[in-house]
Amino acid sequence: MWREIWLVCRKDMIIEWRARVTLVQIVPTVLLVLVVFAFALDANPSLLGAGAGGLFWVAVLFGAVLGAKRSFDIEAEGGNLDALRLGGLVPAAILWGKAAALALQLVLVGVFAAAGLLVLYSVTVHDWLLIVVAGLCGMAAFAICGTLYGAMTVGLRSADTLLPLLLIPVAAPVLLAGTRAFDVALGTSADQGWSWTALLAVVLVTYVAVGWAAAGPLLEDA
Amino acid sequence: MIETPEPDLREQAQRAGSLSMTGSVATRVLGVVAIAAVGVMALLALWISPADAVQGDAVRLMYVHVPSIWVAYGGFVLTAFASARVLWRTRSGVGGTYGVIADRQARRWDRVAGAAAELGVLFTALTLVTGSLWGKVTWGTYWQWDARLTTTVLLFVTYLGYLALRRLPAESRARARRSAVMALIAVVNLPIVHYSVDWWRTLHQEASLNLEPGGDRNITGEMYWTLLYSWATFTVVALWIGIHRYRVLRLEELAEEASLEELLAQRRDEQAAGR
Repeated sequence: MWREIWLVCRKDMIIEWRARVTLVQIVPTVLLVLVVFAFALDANPSLLGAGAGGLFWVAVLFGAVLGAKRSFDIEAEGGNLDALRLGGLVPAAILWGKAAALALQLVLVGVFAAAGLLVLYSVTVHDWLLIVVAGLCGMAAFAICGTLYGAMTVGLRSADTLLPLLLIPVAAPVLLAGTRAFDVALGTSADQGWSWTALLAVVLVTYVAVGWAAAGPLLEDA
Repeated sequence: MIETPEPDLREQAQRAGSLSMTGSVATRVLGVVAIAAVGVMALLALWISPADAVQGDAVRLMYVHVPSIWVAYGGFVLTAFASARVLWRTRSGVGGTYGVIADRQARRWDRVAGAAAELGVLFTALTLVTGSLWGKVTWGTYWQWDARLTTTVLLFVTYLGYLALRRLPAESRARARRSAVMALIAVVNLPIVHYSVDWWRTLHQEASLNLEPGGDRNITGEMYWTLLYSWATFTVVALWIGIHRYRVLRLEELAEEASLEELLAQRRDEQAAGR
């Protein structure tokens, strides 16, 4: 099982390495979101600093929507999902392999978005460990949720418009908890940063549980 | 377990009464009880329950607002439970001798999930509208970017997405399983909406009724009993609508599956019987 997950993840990463869609398209889009927010908020440094945590997660969520769509677009063409299953891979391995690949891509997006915050919004990090742990939990949760929804909408004619409608509201717990944790780590809130990270971990575990139950039904019908 | 044959579609349609009826004696009785209960609730909420010392008559909106969200929560929890049953009934390996029964039960649970989600969305919308009206009277504005309000809107949009997913054309088994997965993810938002008033310092007040042992009640006397009665009334009304909606979904399935020829034959039979 673990080997199959690794094979699917490696396949997606090789495709990504060759096409460089994350680096050339998704990362610039996420950075653009940060820049556009600065325009919308009239480039007010104090306002941007106060909202930096939330803007980071909104930008990464947009990146996750694009990444999840891309992750299943490459499988929809030519019936690749069927080919993977005919190749003897179990549905759970396909789903978790794709989720792992999307998580790695989102970590890349997150690193660039964090650099964007430091440079564009002039924020100061007070707790790097909190940023890293909350960031990884949040990215993993976005990746699992995005993969589940990508599998749910693959092959549907209205997938392009439906995926954001489905994914953005359901990812709200991650967005809320991640924002609170980042606010604490960036020193703009005196809240309990680790409690919010614990909530992120709980949401992540819930998504993992749903993912295990759903992998078969989703990919058998995709 | 003994396999029972699947009745043919015409037989199912006949058993359902007719393709335009969802009522039965039980639902008619339930309907009368629901309407009477709403009448009594109006009496309690508008006349017998006193005005609040701080909120004045605006407190009467609470008798619709609070039970609405309770019923909506119930609808969403039922959707998640029914969805789990759908996934269980359609899991890999369920087939062969028991496949027909499993499929039939999965369809039933899928209809329960669909009807309950629609009720949840309906009552969440009612919660948002009444909350907005209450906010205008009490806070001076229809909308505040408050944690409870924002998370409730996200919950509403999440289940609108769920209903949109259900309406996409697909093979019924695939659609049921896809929707079931979404319902199980969506229900994660429910505790976040409910506890948002405790987790964040918000404009929205804390829960009106604390059901924990020894918990403080923020509401007492006639207001307390009116609120409890309103909750019971809303539950009966939701049950009534839900049963009808479940039957409508069943008839929609029958209508989808029945071939044109069978429907024409049924129509001819009806005409012949009428002669």
